[in-house]
Amino acid sequence: MVATLAKRFGNLDIAEEGAAEAFAIAAEHWPADGVPPNPGAWITTTATRKAIDRIRRESTRDARHREAQLVYGTQPEPLGAIDDDRLRLIFTCCHPALAMDARVALTLRMVGGLNVAEIASAFLVQDTTMGARITRAKAKIAAAGIPYRLPAAEDLPRRVSGVLAVLFLIFNEGYLASSPDSAPVREELSAEAIRLARMLHQLLPDDGETTGMLGLMLLTDARRSARVSSDGELVPLAEQDRGQWDAVLIAEGHALVRERLASGVTPGRYQLLAAINAVHTDGDSPDWTQVVALYDQLVRLDGSPIVRLNRAIAVGERDGPEAALALTDALEPELRGYHAYHAARADLLRRVGRTAAARGAYDAAIILAGNSAEIAYLTRRRDEMRRD
Amino acid sequence: MQYLINVIDSRSNSGTAEEAVAIDAFNEKLRAGGHWVFAGGLADPTVSTVIDGRGEEPIFTDGPFVEAKEWAAGLWVIEAPDLDVALKLMAEGSKACNRRLEVRPLLPER
Repeated sequence: MVATLAKRFGNLDIAEEGAAEAFAIAAEHWPADGVPPNPGAWITTTATRKAIDRIRRESTRDARHREAQLVYGTQPEPLGAIDDDRLRLIFTCCHPALAMDARVALTLRMVGGLNVAEIASAFLVQDTTMGARITRAKAKIAAAGIPYRLPAAEDLPRRVSGVLAVLFLIFNEGYLASSPDSAPVREELSAEAIRLARMLHQLLPDDGETTGMLGLMLLTDARRSARVSSDGELVPLAEQDRGQWDAVLIAEGHALVRERLASGVTPGRYQLLAAINAVHTDGDSPDWTQVVALYDQLVRLDGSPIVRLNRAIAVGERDGPEAALALTDALEPELRGYHAYHAARADLLRRVGRTAAARGAYDAAIILAGNSAEIAYLTRRRDEMRRD
Repeated sequence: MQYLINVIDSRSNSGTAEEAVAIDAFNEKLRAGGHWVFAGGLADPTVSTVIDGRGEEPIFTDGPFVEAKEWAAGLWVIEAPDLDVALKLMAEGSKACNRRLEVRPLLPER
């Protein structure tokens, strides 16, 4: 509803406050007076009236006249238009002219409906800081003329990929929280990211990368309860109890991956990541030849050092740790500040019996890691080697 | 809406003949699309003068108001319905003048 009002009034603040007032009135009157016959329409009508009242109060005479014309000139929207409004709102919140942290905050606030305090605690910043970030983003949308419009067809893939980057960031922060001060898994954030990805998938069912993103999130989230042990330690994929995985989410994720395969269209980044996770969750142990082949495809699309590191790890499973070590050596200059690089090296060095080097790599990984469950796992691994 | 576009540069008088040709072609496109308001190149910031006319006697100071590694070497003012249109147009403008650009909205007239 905020989306519908935002489009009509061209202003996020007015839309939000109108909606909030309408819900407040409903909460006050419905318990005593009974729920009206069409509650949804009642809320929208009331919110619209409240928004118009606000504009009247706050506007100069000329602007008031203009706004009134705009408001009364608008015909009631047909039902399907609500979906369009929601999409418009998502694209506006994830606009490339906004900073990434502003896009994330605005999307959670305006599309996800989280309040400022919830978003602030999710990203471990003060309420006032987060409030200011959201206010600044909204002010930029209004002052810079960022439109509430669906992107042109030729811009759509790029703009969708911008939205997916925001959703993926929210999901990852929930899935592997980056601060040692927070819980290792933040269910509320990953759940919100999945909800938003489902919404986007419903609105853009033919967009392959959106389908891939939803599949990737579901296949990752399905393993959530097996990922952290009762002692608060991260459990690597190979050691997870597969019986704890969520079979319903895995089935749904596999179906999405199959749907993309059947389309015959060359997969993008998120579709490949979803396919890799589908292989990981298929049968009793993953088919590493297939995983490496998928990473080969991914490296061609995205040759970033992190993708090459993950490919090297898969090669290590297929051809043995020596082969993987040779590949990771080349990544050292780019990844020496990245904890997962040292964690992967530590595991490989341990497996080939280079104990001293492995210890050094565990130490480096522990210093750089932010996630408390990951630190606990790496520390135990290192200390077990000390005892050997 | 109107937008000011600053052409970002770090070298003095660095424009080339090829760039000038590409900019002319781009400006033609702005005019044809009804986006043209104004454009011009700027002299080097070292030749600018700061004026403070707030006191009894105006004070003139040699040099730019802020020393920076990068500065505006030219500007456009364009007319566009929203930021998406402005960004799309000026991505082409950036290619034409072979420089990074800063897009900044002008405040609406009251």
